[in-house]
Amino acid sequence: MADKAKTNTEDYLRMFSQMVRIRSFEDNANQLYLSAKMPGLTHMYSGEEAVAVGICEALKTTDKITSTHRGHGHCVAKGAEFKQMFCELLGKEEGYCRGKGGSMHIADQSNGNLGANAIVGGSMGIATGAALTAKLQGRDDVTVCFFGDGATAQGLMYEVMNMAALWRLPVIYACENNGYSEYTKTEEIAAGSITARAEAFGIEAFQVDGQDVLAVNKLATELVGRCRGGEGPFFVELMTYRYHGHHVGDINREYYRAKEEETLWKTERDPILRFRGWLVDQGIASEQDLEALQAEIKEDAENAVKYALEAKYPDTSEVDMHVYAA
Amino acid sequence: MATEILMPALSPTMEEGTLAKWLVKEGDTVSSGDILAEIETDKATMEFEAVDEGTVGKILINEGTEGVKVNTPIAVLLEDGEDASAAENIGTNKGSDAKTEVKEETKAKDTVPADTPAASSPAAAAPRVPRKPDWPEGTETKTTTVREALRDAMAEEMRRAENVFLMGEEVAEYQGAYKISQGLLDEFGAKRVIDTPITEHGFTGIAVGAAFGGLRPIVEFMTFNFAMQAMDHIINSAAKTLYMAGGQMGCPIVFRGPNGAAARVAAQHSQDYTAWFMQVPGLKVVAPYSAADAKGLLKSAIRDPNPVIFLENEILYGRSFEVPQLDDFTVPLGQAKIAREGTDVTIVSFGIGMTYALEAAEKLAADGIEAEVIDLRTIRPMDTETVIESVKKTNRCVTVEEGWPQGSVGGYVSTVLMQQAFDHLDAPVINCTGKDVPMPYAANLEKHALVTTDEVVEAVRKVTYK
Repeated sequence: MADKAKTNTEDYLRMFSQMVRIRSFEDNANQLYLSAKMPGLTHMYSGEEAVAVGICEALKTTDKITSTHRGHGHCVAKGAEFKQMFCELLGKEEGYCRGKGGSMHIADQSNGNLGANAIVGGSMGIATGAALTAKLQGRDDVTVCFFGDGATAQGLMYEVMNMAALWRLPVIYACENNGYSEYTKTEEIAAGSITARAEAFGIEAFQVDGQDVLAVNKLATELVGRCRGGEGPFFVELMTYRYHGHHVGDINREYYRAKEEETLWKTERDPILRFRGWLVDQGIASEQDLEALQAEIKEDAENAVKYALEAKYPDTSEVDMHVYAA
Repeated sequence: MATEILMPALSPTMEEGTLAKWLVKEGDTVSSGDILAEIETDKATMEFEAVDEGTVGKILINEGTEGVKVNTPIAVLLEDGEDASAAENIGTNKGSDAKTEVKEETKAKDTVPADTPAASSPAAAAPRVPRKPDWPEGTETKTTTVREALRDAMAEEMRRAENVFLMGEEVAEYQGAYKISQGLLDEFGAKRVIDTPITEHGFTGIAVGAAFGGLRPIVEFMTFNFAMQAMDHIINSAAKTLYMAGGQMGCPIVFRGPNGAAARVAAQHSQDYTAWFMQVPGLKVVAPYSAADAKGLLKSAIRDPNPVIFLENEILYGRSFEVPQLDDFTVPLGQAKIAREGTDVTIVSFGIGMTYALEAAEKLAADGIEAEVIDLRTIRPMDTETVIESVKKTNRCVTVEEGWPQGSVGGYVSTVLMQQAFDHLDAPVINCTGKDVPMPYAANLEKHALVTTDEVVEAVRKVTYK
């Protein structure tokens, strides 16, 4: 992953392709779930791609992220492979967590993804601790803590922002404000301003259009650089939107969210369509090039699904493996 | 029975003070809450209240006396109907013993009656015949308090490995609310001995994140009662991550601090959480009794690649035991110790429960009942094999702990014995536990809520039909 502002065609195309990869992954995951091939509970990231990609493209592999129950996008953006991810979703042995974590607990240590925490707000302490590790060990790694607007209601956020500010830790709190806390509008669960919460601790806070991958990446690149220089922590509120319900089974959602609103975000503000238009306008890529790229990714995802469906389940002897480290 | 009123410790660091003024005289009747005296410390003058009711039988320290050590008997309180001669006896034979007592205790200390285990000599508590000695015969030992042993363990491990650090409330500058981290800030600096705000959920999360990243944090909870704020991270993050991540990443971390009842701090500060943590796969749970075990087990806990809950006890902090003088003395996790050999009954306990277990064994020995006392030391993984082997010999078992009865450690031991040693049992296992109530504040009620030596003796008589 690049750690500078994107200035060339390759970097732009990579951002585009990473966003498309997330969308393709989620489209397939959604289908797996709806066709009863995938068990449990899953939460789609579709619509929020520019957030994860804009930020993760500003990070190095050794930088850390923590993720949430709506975490597939962070995982892909930080460099994870389709095959191991689909295997994990289907509880297969080749999954990132050998089928023991599932959709809500994917961790990918090799790419610095410390894992999705399915307790809302639960990863805030872990991210701050990863930043403390970097500081204590004298490394310039930065940690990004992804969480939703709903998590701002958890006390833990205030506890760890306090310490991060006191100890000047290299952590960026990335609040993905998708407008809804489960099945409730954010304005009904969050009093006052979200960025002001961080500012109360003396943490510099920013609000950015989370549907504009270039804007997100520009801000992230600047803040990551400042973190490396010892200026952290920072707080960013990314204004975004989730296309699906809270979880995949949340189908009848008109009582809390209008269809027109969904349509508006999907047609007027879609991060992939917007960036695609920009790439074509700027002459960086042609419609045909991008079409071909999308088709290729779609095929990759479908092949990975096929592979995962046929992959083997963990041996039952694994049930008590990894309870303790030797 | 006449009881001594001891010089109270009015702050965690108070060692001695001036008995400024008596507000009662000999012959006065006092009830709980009456002001007995004014005590001056280096910080302030404080009023000292009566804990129990009775008659002031004798004043042992005159007002105006300076430099009165904490826990020195200062007066004798008589119960209804007792005459002053009772005061004469108690005032003379126990005084010298109590004077050598722990110096740095919390204010709870004033309520520990002179005849409780705190005042018993270390010899009575020492392991008599360990089956597998924890250190080679002939090793030089040194009398050490549990407090010092815990500090030494942390200091040795911090010298040994750069990635070990300590964090918690007041652990650095103040050197620990119970003075466990004395000298660590000086030796290791503020980067490795980190003071946090009062924010258990927050700093526990941070420590877990640091452990994920390759550091080895020791988290001190000022007491385990406050760890309830951090339960999500202890269980959902520390205990489960290795498993959830399919072995990719684990959480090498120690959560330590005083657990269980201290004295007179009531329900929210007096709970034994051993059985709670014992239930969680992914956690290891340790509860040492002696200073040697405190040291050897803490060193092992710090080196362990898993999250370890290390349950200490405030009342034991000041108690002294022999600790071997070895360069690197460790006690492996998961091994019980036979603290006393016997043939008639097996008493299983851990932590401060060992005090009652060993005292009961001494009392029973006087009546010809030889109890084998097993100190579990590690509660998870539990060395049930040692317990089963012992029960095969004694055919009877009593468990002792301060925690609540339902879902207790003893309950689990009973289950294991029923399933794996049923044919060897000649009597139902009895679990001596704390009473099924939140901890009351009043001294007499508190005493009643905790397990006692007499209850252990009684239980042994029941299972031995004697």
